[in-house]
Amino acid sequence: MVVMQNVRKVYESSNTVALDNVSLTIEDGEFVFLVGPSGSGKTTLMKLITGEVRPTSGRVVVNDFDMGTIKRRRLPKMRRTLGVVFQDYRLIKDMNVYDNVAFAMRVVGTPNREIRTRVPYILELVGLEGREKRMPGELSGGEQQRVAIARALVNSPRMIVADEPTGNLDPVRSLELMLLLEKINEMGTTVVVVTHEKELVNAFSKRVITIDSGEMTGDTSEGEYYDI
Amino acid sequence: MRLGYLIREGFRSITTHGFMSFATVAIIVACLIIMGSVSLLSLNIDAMIKDLEDQNEIVVFVDESLSDEAAARDLQRNIEAVDNVASVQFVSRGEAMNSFMSKYDASLMEGIDEEVFRHRFVVHLNDIAHMSQTKADLEAIRGVAKVNAHLDYAKSFVTIRNVVTVVSMVLIVMLVFVSFFIMSNTIKLATFGRREEIAIMKMVGATNSFIRLPFVVEGLVLGIMGGCIAFLATWGLYNLVTGRVVGSITGTLLNVIPFRNVALQVFVVYMAISVLVGVFGGVNAIKNYLKV
Ligand SMILES: Nc1ncnc2c1ncn2[C@@H]1O[C@H](COP(=O)(O)OP(=O)(O)O)[C@@H](O)[C@H]1O
Ligand SMILES: [Mg+2]
Repeated sequence: MVVMQNVRKVYESSNTVALDNVSLTIEDGEFVFLVGPSGSGKTTLMKLITGEVRPTSGRVVVNDFDMGTIKRRRLPKMRRTLGVVFQDYRLIKDMNVYDNVAFAMRVVGTPNREIRTRVPYILELVGLEGREKRMPGELSGGEQQRVAIARALVNSPRMIVADEPTGNLDPVRSLELMLLLEKINEMGTTVVVVTHEKELVNAFSKRVITIDSGEMTGDTSEGEYYDI
Repeated sequence: MRLGYLIREGFRSITTHGFMSFATVAIIVACLIIMGSVSLLSLNIDAMIKDLEDQNEIVVFVDESLSDEAAARDLQRNIEAVDNVASVQFVSRGEAMNSFMSKYDASLMEGIDEEVFRHRFVVHLNDIAHMSQTKADLEAIRGVAKVNAHLDYAKSFVTIRNVVTVVSMVLIVMLVFVSFFIMSNTIKLATFGRREEIAIMKMVGATNSFIRLPFVVEGLVLGIMGGCIAFLATWGLYNLVTGRVVGSITGTLLNVIPFRNVALQVFVVYMAISVLVGVFGGVNAIKNYLKV
């Protein structure tokens, strides 16, 4: 769950107001598209959720953690409730598919026995069975992004946040990936997807939050991505 | 599994940055050897000064006016009360004469009365650095006729000791800092090579101490390697140098401490320094990645 109240984010270094007066609530189990033109503040909003940046003013609560005041030492605990997916996949190049996914479990101290049963299950869920031994360089973009989604999913997060996950994929792969995220959402995980691809958003009937120049300009359930 | 992972990661990084790892170990070895050399030199000078202190007794002669032995003995309390006096031993004129006669030819003493000798005290000091002050204090006691002390020796040794102590302190602080800096920068290379991995670890909620551990292990391994090599090298060098010194300057007061007497201390100090430099080097290298 995400609650934002009158959130403002100013980057001191570039003197940019990236977000201003943003208020929204995303309930557990929702599927939300976050849309808007380039530079409108979508990534900043995602970073507020993951705790990479802190709000300049206003309140941000994510999965019951107050992100404005959270202690740095508590961030790992908070981040284990999230799965994060990026446009550029961010896989470890010298680890195979299996190890890339298992890595996320190892670094939070999951016992090996559990890793051995959980990783194949998740790889099958994202449609990568039989690809365990491949290196990231031997996979297509769509497959690499599935590995990233498997990694985000493997520790059973309450919410998946994806920043332009289809940005490097062709339309068919993009649609397949979005269907995968929809399936994950139907299994109970909250999903927030940033995109600026109109056709993709309009192919689904989901809640759409629109931001422009750092301000929320629209929030419609079963909405569409209208031209602004 | 977790421990195995950490240790493997630590070693993996050492081999990927082989040259820098080698350079780091070499610098730590060099720093430790320099530190060890000045410290051992300082220890040896200290030991020599101790020897001198034991040999260098001050002899306090009692005035003839106190020719009665009991009256002379009464001075003991006054002498003991002087600062820096470690021990006082009374030697009567009779004992002095006997000791003199046993050292020299007894025939010289034919017909000489023991009255020629004075009662005396043999005094040892806590610290020969303050010998001249103590000598003056002793001379000021009523009933003391004369004080014999060898000031020259003492002074030069104390000066050398002080210089070596100051120089070794400054060197040790500097070299610990240099080792730390080099260590930290080598491990920074490793953190840079793995910055993406670190970012992923943070994103999936690895704790800072978990992320830090492989780099601390790397620092520890490099440090301990350096410490061990430096210990063996110091051992060899010490025996070589002291062998030469003792061989060339015979019959002097140079009395070199055998390495085995200080081996444990040298080993413990080397390990302590290299472990600290390794751990803090690792912690410092990763510091910037753990802020967000
Ligand atoms: N780390 C940063 N430092 C300074 N300015 C930034 C930083 N990140 C983003 N910005 C600025 O904030 C604004 C919003 O950026 P961003 O959130 O990345 O937008 P979007 O993801 O919608 O393209 C932009 O004007 C961008 O230049
Ligand atoms: Mg962006």
